[in-house]
Amino acid sequence: MVVEDLIIAITITAIVIRILYVVHRSSKPLSIPTPQPISTLIVLGSGGHTAEMLNLVSLLQKDRFTPRFYIAASTDNMSAGEVTEPAQFMQIYRSREILCNGPGTCIPLCVAGFLFKVVGIQWSSIFYVESIARVRRISLSGLLLYKLCIADQFFVQWSQLQRKYPNAHSVGCLM
Amino acid sequence: EVTLCVAKLVEPYQREMGENGDIGMPKRTVFVTVGTTCFDALVRAVDTQEVKQELSRKGYTHLLIQMGRGSYIPTKPTAAGNVWDNLWLIWDSRRILAAVLEQQGKPANMLEQQDTSPLGGDCLDALRAASLSERTCLEVCPGFDTGAGVDCVARSGGEDGTLAVDYFTFSSSIADHLKSASLVVSHAGSGSIFETLRLGKPLIVVVNEDLMDNHQSELAEELAERKHLFYARPQTLLQTITDMNLESIVPYPPADATPVAKLINMFLGFQDD
Repeated sequence: MVVEDLIIAITITAIVIRILYVVHRSSKPLSIPTPQPISTLIVLGSGGHTAEMLNLVSLLQKDRFTPRFYIAASTDNMSAGEVTEPAQFMQIYRSREILCNGPGTCIPLCVAGFLFKVVGIQWSSIFYVESIARVRRISLSGLLLYKLCIADQFFVQWSQLQRKYPNAHSVGCLM
Repeated sequence: EVTLCVAKLVEPYQREMGENGDIGMPKRTVFVTVGTTCFDALVRAVDTQEVKQELSRKGYTHLLIQMGRGSYIPTKPTAAGNVWDNLWLIWDSRRILAAVLEQQGKPANMLEQQDTSPLGGDCLDALRAASLSERTCLEVCPGFDTGAGVDCVARSGGEDGTLAVDYFTFSSSIADHLKSASLVVSHAGSGSIFETLRLGKPLIVVVNEDLMDNHQSELAEELAERKHLFYARPQTLLQTITDMNLESIVPYPPADATPVAKLINMFLGFQDD
């Protein structure tokens, strides 16, 4: 019995240490001498969220962030129509960068990305941009990703929010 | 066959109306949009006589309402677009005109003598454009020839307290409606808000208080505090329109996504140039 307990305890400790390491490591910028193009997963929401995200994507260097994969909820017909660049809509978990901004659909993807890091399958950087509609109160998705330290970098668009969530970066309006 | 024929009869007027609804005075449209939501409280508030009068007093001539999933149907002074209504209008104005002529002691067959065939087509269009009732137009300008009719409409459009009202549920050309509007009254959705601000149009955002999680009001309040738009609730819409001073609006600065892009690049180890 004692041995079994010990094994369980060691396993749990190992997992916790691994998670803490991943969280710690995630918060630090990547240090790659010559960065290669990064496969990027972009999670689209609906309406306003999509517009904000596409605004941001349009500014990212296309040669660095490639290939780009877009994920949209199947109920969201608007998003697909707005994507102007030839990106393939598919579920891909093996991206090195995950970029999302709010709607609940991004939670399972981010958690999956995080678990891949913990297990060691694929390291990825998760960026979360809080929607511009959130001025004083953070969204539930944002809160989860912030509190659980799943988002490597957490961006908010209003300084009021940054004061409440000091680890976030206030980046001004994206719309 | 009959319908087709009627449509052909009315169509030229409709086309003319669509292209130059301004007839003598600049068209200033108030565009109301509720997005994909159901926001009857807003449509109802806009549809009140007080609000319409106030808008008219401020010099707006048209009111176009995108009502989404709402069930409240705005009242239209005259129903444009429906061929049967148009037919009725033509017939009715002929009847009214005859009555007025009779009252003035003029021969009722003066109608036939005048070269207004089909009867008052232009004038009817003008009437509908300003959405005056035929009676009003006749009262204001007893002459009621085509030219004078147009004139009188132009003169009385603002004073009469009536706006030309039209509505629709959904449209793929919301952007066009926003572009041609002089004032936008919108629900508090961020997409709609920023699309309007980008176009530099004066904007009144009306917050839907019936929504459960009303985080939307945050954004509207913040932007109103920065004087980019006016903030109202359905009950305060009239007051907001009355008090609004378009001069006080501060243009919304262009968005800048470069700080995020820069941070992401830095984090990933890309050297920024």
